[in-house]
Amino acid sequence: MSRVVILGVGGLGCPAALALAESGVPLDLLLIDDDVVERSNLARQILFREQDVGEPKAAAAARRLGAMHSQARDRASFRVDFENIRWSGSTGAALLRGADILLDASDNFATRFVANDACIAARVPLIHGAALGWEGRLLTILPGLTACLRCLFEGPPPGPLPTCAEAGVASPLCGVVGAAMARAALQVLAGKPAAGVLRRWEARTGAERPLTLRRDPSCACGILLPCPSQ
Amino acid sequence: MSITVKIPAPLRPLTANQSEVVVEGATVQAAVDELSRKFPGLKERLLDEKGALRRYVNLFRNDEDIRGGAGLATALAAGDRLTIVPAIAGGR
Ligand SMILES: [Zn+2]
Repeated sequence: MSRVVILGVGGLGCPAALALAESGVPLDLLLIDDDVVERSNLARQILFREQDVGEPKAAAAARRLGAMHSQARDRASFRVDFENIRWSGSTGAALLRGADILLDASDNFATRFVANDACIAARVPLIHGAALGWEGRLLTILPGLTACLRCLFEGPPPGPLPTCAEAGVASPLCGVVGAAMARAALQVLAGKPAAGVLRRWEARTGAERPLTLRRDPSCACGILLPCPSQ
Repeated sequence: MSITVKIPAPLRPLTANQSEVVVEGATVQAAVDELSRKFPGLKERLLDEKGALRRYVNLFRNDEDIRGGAGLATALAAGDRLTIVPAIAGGR
């Protein structure tokens, strides 16, 4: 079984976890989120129901996925666990232990950059997904081999920038990006990753605009794990 | 030479809601300067006080990353497309 860690069980983490759980690939999932389900989440956080409001997201999502795989034959090839905890520089390394891949579906810059750094240090492949307004993004990162989040952006913006709570996010876009994150993760687990390209969706037009990334030789990922050509 | 610049949604309030604008420039730096003259306020969003590309913004010439390459000195040719990509974090 592959150990898949999903950071953030919200608009992207819900569809990603669902798609992975239904993939038929033997998986040991760990869901991480420190938030609780709110009524306003229900439209796009598709693992939750009315009765989950007020419950920790990670626990509610794990319970639902577990219930979908309650047969004995399912239990042999599917496990789901959860942590109601905030990912940080100090908790991240332990949460990544034994992981084959991390899906970053979190909702703030600080968490995204520390998750990137933890994956680089532990050499765990990272699927970065994001959605804001009408724009969705996906990037597969293979530490030491392809561009990381800090090769693309050196660091997080200084002040608070719009989050989904303020700027909104198109609900169907969450499903598109979440499912694409699951597919990207399965490609990595199958040994056929599509890394180094930032995929972007414009939800209003359906347009997809991939951008080719370059490893930044001055990035910390290059210092920890030098480019193969150096 | 004319370059098409793709403006991301968060910056469109500064470009009268245009998602693409055409500027002249032989390098990325020249194109950014021209862009800033046409649309006041845009430069501060792209470059820091020292004139370097901000940490959380990247630019792509015809879908190729300029960071780690020649950066702002990257040469442009007529008909090139310059895409501005700011970091976004949303996942909820
Ligand atoms: Zn890097």
